Amino acid sequence: MRRSVFLLSCLGFGYAFLYLPIALLVVWSFNASRIVNIWGGFSTKWYWELTRNDDFLAAAWLSLKVAATSATAALVLGTLAAVVLVRFGRFHGRLLFNGLIAAPLVMPEIILGLAMLLLFVALEQAIGWPDGRGFSTIVIAHTTVGMAYATVVVRSRLAQMDESLEEAALDLGARPIKVFFVITLPVIAPSLAAGWLLAFTLSLDDVVVAQFVSGPGATTLPIEVFSSVRLGVSPQVNALGTIIVCVVAVLIVVAWRLSMTRKER
Amino acid sequence: MRVGSWRQVWGRRAVLGIPYVWLLLFFLVPLLIVAKISISEIRVGVPPYEPLLEFADGAFIGVRATVTNFVLLFEDDLYVSAYFQSLTIAGVSTLLCLLIGYPMALAIARARPERRPPLLLLVILPFWTSFLIRVYAWMGILKDEGLLNGVLMWLGVISEPLVILNTDTAVYIGIVYSYLPFMVLPLYATLEKLDPSLLEAAADLGARPIRAFWSVTLPLSVPGIVAGSLLVFVPAVGEYVIPDLLGGGDTQMLGKALWDMFALNRDWPSAAALAVAMLAALALPIALFQKWQSKLDNPEGQE
Repeated sequence: MRRSVFLLSCLGFGYAFLYLPIALLVVWSFNASRIVNIWGGFSTKWYWELTRNDDFLAAAWLSLKVAATSATAALVLGTLAAVVLVRFGRFHGRLLFNGLIAAPLVMPEIILGLAMLLLFVALEQAIGWPDGRGFSTIVIAHTTVGMAYATVVVRSRLAQMDESLEEAALDLGARPIKVFFVITLPVIAPSLAAGWLLAFTLSLDDVVVAQFVSGPGATTLPIEVFSSVRLGVSPQVNALGTIIVCVVAVLIVVAWRLSMTRKER
Repeated sequence: MRVGSWRQVWGRRAVLGIPYVWLLLFFLVPLLIVAKISISEIRVGVPPYEPLLEFADGAFIGVRATVTNFVLLFEDDLYVSAYFQSLTIAGVSTLLCLLIGYPMALAIARARPERRPPLLLLVILPFWTSFLIRVYAWMGILKDEGLLNGVLMWLGVISEPLVILNTDTAVYIGIVYSYLPFMVLPLYATLEKLDPSLLEAAADLGARPIRAFWSVTLPLSVPGIVAGSLLVFVPAVGEYVIPDLLGGGDTQMLGKALWDMFALNRDWPSAAALAVAMLAALALPIALFQKWQSKLDNPEGQE
């Protein structure tokens, strides 16, 4: 097809728009000067300051724990939900189930955060749990959000899967649970990895919901970053952002290469 | 579908029951509590709202509901203007995303097949890095002594720095920047499926590329436009971080108003009422999205 100069320049502009702020962040993180427009020479001092910032380190550790726990829970729940939606056909309450699973995708975070907090407050009043807010409340809230995304990823893979494999195993007398673990899971494994990573990233990135459901003793990394950024530009955040960008870029490129070699085989 | 093959009824019940109970308990019930508290009376204490059902000596004596929270919202100009400003900002941002995202999606869809995955990957990649930190990068670009003003003054385009940070313009830039990938992905998904022979037919019949675009490509990509617009519009209405970091004092958006009402004023019933009002505005777009999603899941129209 004919290449359109207009379309290509739009594409170039779009990528520039998407990547310029990220590139600048990386440059600023090595700037010895605090002021963005003045190049004070190359320096790694903000990275060293970051490693000595105990608040950031503690928050990062909590965020990683929350993200890993909630992504795992979200993946299990999301896979069950995907199996229900793709393989179960009609059942009572399917419409409601369908609505509930997709709604968190489009619900503004601020409403989700408020709703979760009000639930925890009401629960605490009624049954005395959760006692204050912290790790477990953030995990529950993030699991609900992550589950919706994990379901989308897993269900699309499950829907493409050839059902005759499962049918053959069932006909040969395997129990459904065995069929699921021996046949279904290996086939949908890439989507499980993608779903987990998506839920993990969303949890690691969330500031709005976490602000509602975290307590005084449990500050996640985005909350910490948010409160320091509100006060103005902070070079340590540039360094942190650069680290995140590098980690994500490496992970994505590796995942992409892996999926490419799989396809070639 | 095959119901019989999942023979063990208890197993089926567990597979269905676990996610269902989770969603009811941790998604539906919280929303119902928001609705409940939005019609409760405020009080000073912990928690800062009166119970809806009144009991005396263990006996139920009555319901104590009020619409005051909603009435107060509608009477307060601040919230009315925040309501309309949120819808306007979200709407205009959606349109801008569409204008920038559509040509991008089309260019990717028309690239050689082996080039499409990396091009698409480049659109998705920023989404995987911290949203907060990317918004923060814009603070460094847009502020008075920031990069944009520095470049413009160095070029001699302006002599005084432009005030962009802490204005609505900065909020637009932030929202378009953050949500652009959500627009490009569904657009690409529909444009990629478009049968190229349709365009060839249009060309054979003498239509120029522009004409073919308006009468073939654009109408056929409406599902992608709708999906992308909803994915941008709905979260943008409730956006809190972007107006807080990039917006100014006169940028009032619902998300920020809700947080202030909740955290600063400790007026939980009014915050809940605001959430209900926000959901009411979003009910139609959300329902549209649900319909689009279920169509995507059941292309044969089983539902």
